[in-house]
Amino acid sequence: MSVAAPPLPRPTSPLKGFVGRFARNKGAVFGLIVLIAVIAIAILAPVLYPQSPWRMVQRPFLPPFTVDGFPFGTDTLGRDVAAGLAYGAQVSLIVGLISTAVALLIGVPLGAAAGYFGGIVDDVAMRITEFFQTIPSFALAIVLVAILQPTLTSITLAIAIVSWPPVARLVRAEVLSLKTREFVDAARLAGLTNSQILIREVLPNAVSPIIVMASLMVATAILLESSLSFLGLGDPNIMSWGYMIGAARTVIRTAWWLSFFPGVAILLTVLALNLIGEGLNDAFNPRLSRPSS
Amino acid sequence: MKGRGPFLMALAGPIFSRLVKAALTLLAIVILNFCLIHMAPGDPAAVMAGEAGAADEKFIADLRERFGLDQPFHIQLFNYVGGVLQGDLGYSYRQQAPVAELILDRLPATLLLTLTAFGVSLTLGIIFGVMASARVGKTTDSLITGVALLFYATPLFWVALMAVLLFSVKLGWLPGFGYSTVGGEETGIWYALDVAQHLVLPALTLGLFFMAIYLRMTRASMLEVASMDFVKTARAKGLSARVIRRRHILRNALLPVVTLAGLQAGQLVGGAVLTETVFAWPGIGRLMFESLAARDYPTLLGVFLVSAAMVIAFNIITDIVYRIIDPRIGAPA
Repeated sequence: MSVAAPPLPRPTSPLKGFVGRFARNKGAVFGLIVLIAVIAIAILAPVLYPQSPWRMVQRPFLPPFTVDGFPFGTDTLGRDVAAGLAYGAQVSLIVGLISTAVALLIGVPLGAAAGYFGGIVDDVAMRITEFFQTIPSFALAIVLVAILQPTLTSITLAIAIVSWPPVARLVRAEVLSLKTREFVDAARLAGLTNSQILIREVLPNAVSPIIVMASLMVATAILLESSLSFLGLGDPNIMSWGYMIGAARTVIRTAWWLSFFPGVAILLTVLALNLIGEGLNDAFNPRLSRPSS
Repeated sequence: MKGRGPFLMALAGPIFSRLVKAALTLLAIVILNFCLIHMAPGDPAAVMAGEAGAADEKFIADLRERFGLDQPFHIQLFNYVGGVLQGDLGYSYRQQAPVAELILDRLPATLLLTLTAFGVSLTLGIIFGVMASARVGKTTDSLITGVALLFYATPLFWVALMAVLLFSVKLGWLPGFGYSTVGGEETGIWYALDVAQHLVLPALTLGLFFMAIYLRMTRASMLEVASMDFVKTARAKGLSARVIRRRHILRNALLPVVTLAGLQAGQLVGGAVLTETVFAWPGIGRLMFESLAARDYPTLLGVFLVSAAMVIAFNIITDIVYRIIDPRIGAPA
């Protein structure tokens, strides 16, 4: 969209430097490739496997790599494991992304208000945050999903409710250190209101640590979703990786592949997001990336 | 022991305020729990009547009156809080037993599992974290941090299943199911050994994930302390790298690890639900799973309440331990 691009981009253009630093981290690049592959599989699932992943397509307990077209075998009811993995990618990514977005919507305003206004606002916000950090988060997620009945919405909401406290703490700390800077004083003198200062001046400067934390939160959310559906708290109409492992748990002695492959899928996706998070962190903080040796 | 008097006195004040705060948190959790019970699907009186095999209106109305379900919300809340204070966590109509009894029955197994896993993960995490930080940037460091990242990214229940598959089904080294051998008649030391054998796989799988967390914290903390001025002084005095690491860096680096480890206790309880489910370990985590399948909401919420109380207790203990290790810590603002 650049109408008149500068003839010679300066060698230290911030974006280029950022991409360069990210690309230098081999783990992060590997993570990005894996994540793109998972996203592609999730999007292409209906094309690759037009039939529902719940449909029986072959004889049950077909071991992997034995029949063409069924690389990961079939499950206890003759359903294609590969199709389940592809559709499971959709659920993992959707739940991971939306629950993280909701957690940010709770945590960012709360943390920003606490850090910016201080006083009683800070006290109340931090008491609430501490309270939610004290409650065992996975147990709370289980209870919430069980009571609200397992649906995609309740699962996403429960994960968001247990994941926002670290966001609030991070944003509060960032705002605390940013609000004493001169550009905030300048904005106040220019007559900006508190909310304008927060949204236009302070928060944009806190974006990079929030992005790093968000990428790690998506990873944790995917682990939480799979753990919930493993326990039987998945949406009963949706094929997910955790459900596949939970359903295969009782036949692990005879059909190892039913729990093995979905687990590898979760591991790869979560690992990829963690590596990307570390890469982003290094790229945002070039001087902190390598500890002094 | 004259010198310890003032120290203990100084300790008592903050601990008292800590206890008050913990009591308030617990009260808030009890109220949250009560609200959750009210949100649970199904009219408890109708459920009770259904379990009793009678469902006429009169009977349900009687039940409602007997259990105070016809009272206004705040009176019910008051009754509930009062009941919890007396150790009454409700009644499981499915299991035909008081929830508190069911939980007390299962609590020792969970304590054994979580405390063992905590000890194992903290010990291994610190050892490997120190090893990695001592060879920062070298192969050993990359190997250790790489494996830690792998454990961190692996779903706990899947590690548990794969451990059963490998060590129990394929190799037959360790039992992968239950608390002790079914029909076993060992007593005394042999029984303890039998339980210990059953404990190995669940405790290790639960511990590995947390080991990864403690390892990363220890490594980061060691590196941070190592760059401080007093370490340079120690080096200038000509002390060996090993002595500096053990006497100067480690002691200071461990404090934040202990604090953060205490805060992780809540996750340990959550992990216990998954581990106990896979290994059929008869603890409160397994009880939670069973009550999910049976839609036994009183038991489910009772376990939730007790696990939250366990976490609060654990946080207080780590807080006290921390103050004893490092008396410089003053009263929190």
